[in-house]
Amino acid sequence: MSVIIILLAVSITVAGVFLFAFLWGVKSGQFEDDISPASRILFDDKPSSTKTK
Amino acid sequence: MPVIKETTNKTQCFHCGEPCLTEQIRLEEKAFCCEGCKMVFQILNESNLCEYYNLNENPGISQRIKIRKDKFAYLDDEKTQLKLISFRDEKQVHVTFYLPQMHCSSCLYLLENLHRLNEGVISSKVNFTRKEVDIVFFSTSTTLRKVVETLTEIGYEPYISLNDLKEKRPGLDKSMVYQLGIAGFCFGNIMLMSFPEYLGIDASETALRGAFRWMNFALAIPVFLYSALPFYRSSWKGFKHRFLNIDAPIALAIIITFVRSAWEVISGTGGGYFDSMTGIVFFMLAGRIVQDKTYRQLSFERDYTSYFPIAISVLKENVETPTQLPDIKPGDTMLIHNEELIPADGILTKGRAFIDYSFVTGESLPVLKEVGELVYAGGKQTSGNIEILVVKEVAQSYLTKLWNKEEMKDEATEKNVSFVHLLSRYFTYIVFTIASATAIYWAINDSTRIWPAVTSIFIIACPCALLLSNTFTNGNVLRILSRNRFYLRNAQTIETLAQATHIVFDKTGTLTTPNEQEIEYDGSPLSAFEKNQVAALASSSSHPLSRALAQQLKYDGNCSISNFEEIPGKGIKALIDNKIFKMGSYSYITNSHDKKSGTSVFLSIDNELIGHFTFSNQYRKEVPELVQKLKNKYALSVISGDTESERQRLQDIFGERTTLLFHQKPEDKLNYIKYLQQKGEIVLMIGDGLNDAGALKQSNIGLAVAEQINNFTPGSDAIIEAKKLGFLPRFFQLCNANRNIVLASFVLSIAYNIIGLFFAVQGNLSPLIAAILMPSSSLSILLLTFGASTLFASRIGLLSFKKPD
Repeated sequence: MSVIIILLAVSITVAGVFLFAFLWGVKSGQFEDDISPASRILFDDKPSSTKTK
Repeated sequence: MPVIKETTNKTQCFHCGEPCLTEQIRLEEKAFCCEGCKMVFQILNESNLCEYYNLNENPGISQRIKIRKDKFAYLDDEKTQLKLISFRDEKQVHVTFYLPQMHCSSCLYLLENLHRLNEGVISSKVNFTRKEVDIVFFSTSTTLRKVVETLTEIGYEPYISLNDLKEKRPGLDKSMVYQLGIAGFCFGNIMLMSFPEYLGIDASETALRGAFRWMNFALAIPVFLYSALPFYRSSWKGFKHRFLNIDAPIALAIIITFVRSAWEVISGTGGGYFDSMTGIVFFMLAGRIVQDKTYRQLSFERDYTSYFPIAISVLKENVETPTQLPDIKPGDTMLIHNEELIPADGILTKGRAFIDYSFVTGESLPVLKEVGELVYAGGKQTSGNIEILVVKEVAQSYLTKLWNKEEMKDEATEKNVSFVHLLSRYFTYIVFTIASATAIYWAINDSTRIWPAVTSIFIIACPCALLLSNTFTNGNVLRILSRNRFYLRNAQTIETLAQATHIVFDKTGTLTTPNEQEIEYDGSPLSAFEKNQVAALASSSSHPLSRALAQQLKYDGNCSISNFEEIPGKGIKALIDNKIFKMGSYSYITNSHDKKSGTSVFLSIDNELIGHFTFSNQYRKEVPELVQKLKNKYALSVISGDTESERQRLQDIFGERTTLLFHQKPEDKLNYIKYLQQKGEIVLMIGDGLNDAGALKQSNIGLAVAEQINNFTPGSDAIIEAKKLGFLPRFFQLCNANRNIVLASFVLSIAYNIIGLFFAVQGNLSPLIAAILMPSSSLSILLLTFGASTLFASRIGLLSFKKPD
């Protein structure tokens, strides 16, 4: 029986990680611009801008 | 002068891809259409940024219109700077610019390499979707003005408008997405943990059952306290205005469900309805986000400030000083440069104004104004510099006042309430009636069942299915329409559009197109060779009439043209194949003071008057077919500010039953709409630009026809791109279908409600039934609305288009 409780805790934690990842993704603006990262990766010489923030 | 004869006439500019009219602007085997494009290429070449041209072919933006050197002088002003930059410390400045020219991956490449062009730039990051670039630069080694000038040099002039002077608009509202994420997380987990309860957990494992229940309780708390906030807020707002909006029953259902479930868990009598509750919140939030996303695509909230410049040159003791628009006072003298917008009403004191009012009226031909004449705000000067003595402040000008007047009206006349809201109000009353009836019944028969019966009525009779059907159908229809370049202000417009009975057309700019001119030639006949020479002359000028003429006559590129000269407001001349060609107004050609007005352009060869071209607006080619289709379903009217000269032609197109009115001033148009409305008609007005603003506003639906979606269209409920005018009947069909789909799903959701209520009034709504009924009703509604509207749209051919690029 207690093993179910442990499983419960684990499953909630795993789901929580995904929730956190989602919230973090929204917060960092990953869903706002889905065009530029796709083309940016194709440029040979990386703009130096990516390292400064 | 050497002329390259062997090349074909189809040479494209290496930079911008526009056809090259001359062959003389070349560099390293590459042809350019103008010096501006060539210069951009040189700048990029020096900085090793020619990768720009490898990523896409001819990625540049035409540089034919030169930008004045000290245009950005106003950016040296501290006060203006502070309004524009988002962050600054001793070393760094952060600023975000809107660059409407951005269109391809080359742009992205170039803009993110800005640091190679301007040493002071630390980084630049593009947001392509919003066409914005965030720039960080050292305030020690460069200035805001220099950064803007660098951008302008390479063809990306930032769009800085008066709007930027206002408070920074709040960023995209992400909180609803967070709320949705949390609601989804909790909903999923609660559903999972409710299974043991539904499937029957062994009686011996009560401890485990308790754990599941308490877990559900814990998971429901964030949904109840955080995710459901938008519904509380909205219903509270409605409540304060003594209006039970559709969110009120939802908020009520959420609260009652939570309280009852919490009580069940605490008292140990049951598992509660946490899964149903979080499900409602999740689905409703998803619907809300779909709705918001659809609306955000086109903001109707723009006002004149988005179009006016942020600052303008004012002459103070003969010194040009950049001044912010709100600081301009009557009595100041504004210096308006070529291609600049006039921001305030005034009297022309110096120079010849040749003003393009297309932004205000949709009329593309510039108007000539002489010294001493009154000039209204909103026009764009198209030739040379002028000076204007300000008569009225910016906020008092005719154009801005018109806008402000409308805003006032906006608040005063709340357009008729959506039938969804009406229904929801009845819905709320019905639910309360059923609840109290049930309470009375159980009070008489079995008082222990009052509480479970009444609460379960509120739980099950949630209008979420009703609301979802509306949200998703409208959202999908709006999306389909906007992909067809037909933009509606809100979902309410779909309903009104479906009810329209009378369509009123404006003539100029709506039925006719300002882009294509019908050109007639009068005079001694021209040979094909001469026609080509005239075309060569016309294609050298950027005046709208010259461009129209060049388009019609099609220059093949085989003339030697030199000594080109353009006298703004008068005409153009050039030496073509050793003959002097002159084109322009009558007085210019004949050197007389005779003023023959109208849109005629006279032509002379070697100072001998040959003939003249007459320009008239052409009807859009979609119009006859459009009218044919609409004639049977709607009453039609045409109102025009012009003379009756077109009456016969319009009558032929529109037929006998259409009312044609001419010589209509803006007020007359407005009154005509009012008159129709008094007769009980629901009027759809199709017009353009600002001069129809009053009528557009008065009508039940004001539909603005725009050549460019970014045009200034106050007072309109909908915007349609001119090219798509022929699709209008189909759009109406879709709006009608929308109504039926919503009604059908209403019926379905009411059926669900009745089933639920059947259990609820008896006081034996088990959590299992609720858990099945709630999501299945939401999902089936979603499927029905989305599927039906998409199916219908594809059947009438609104989905068969290429993906927008």
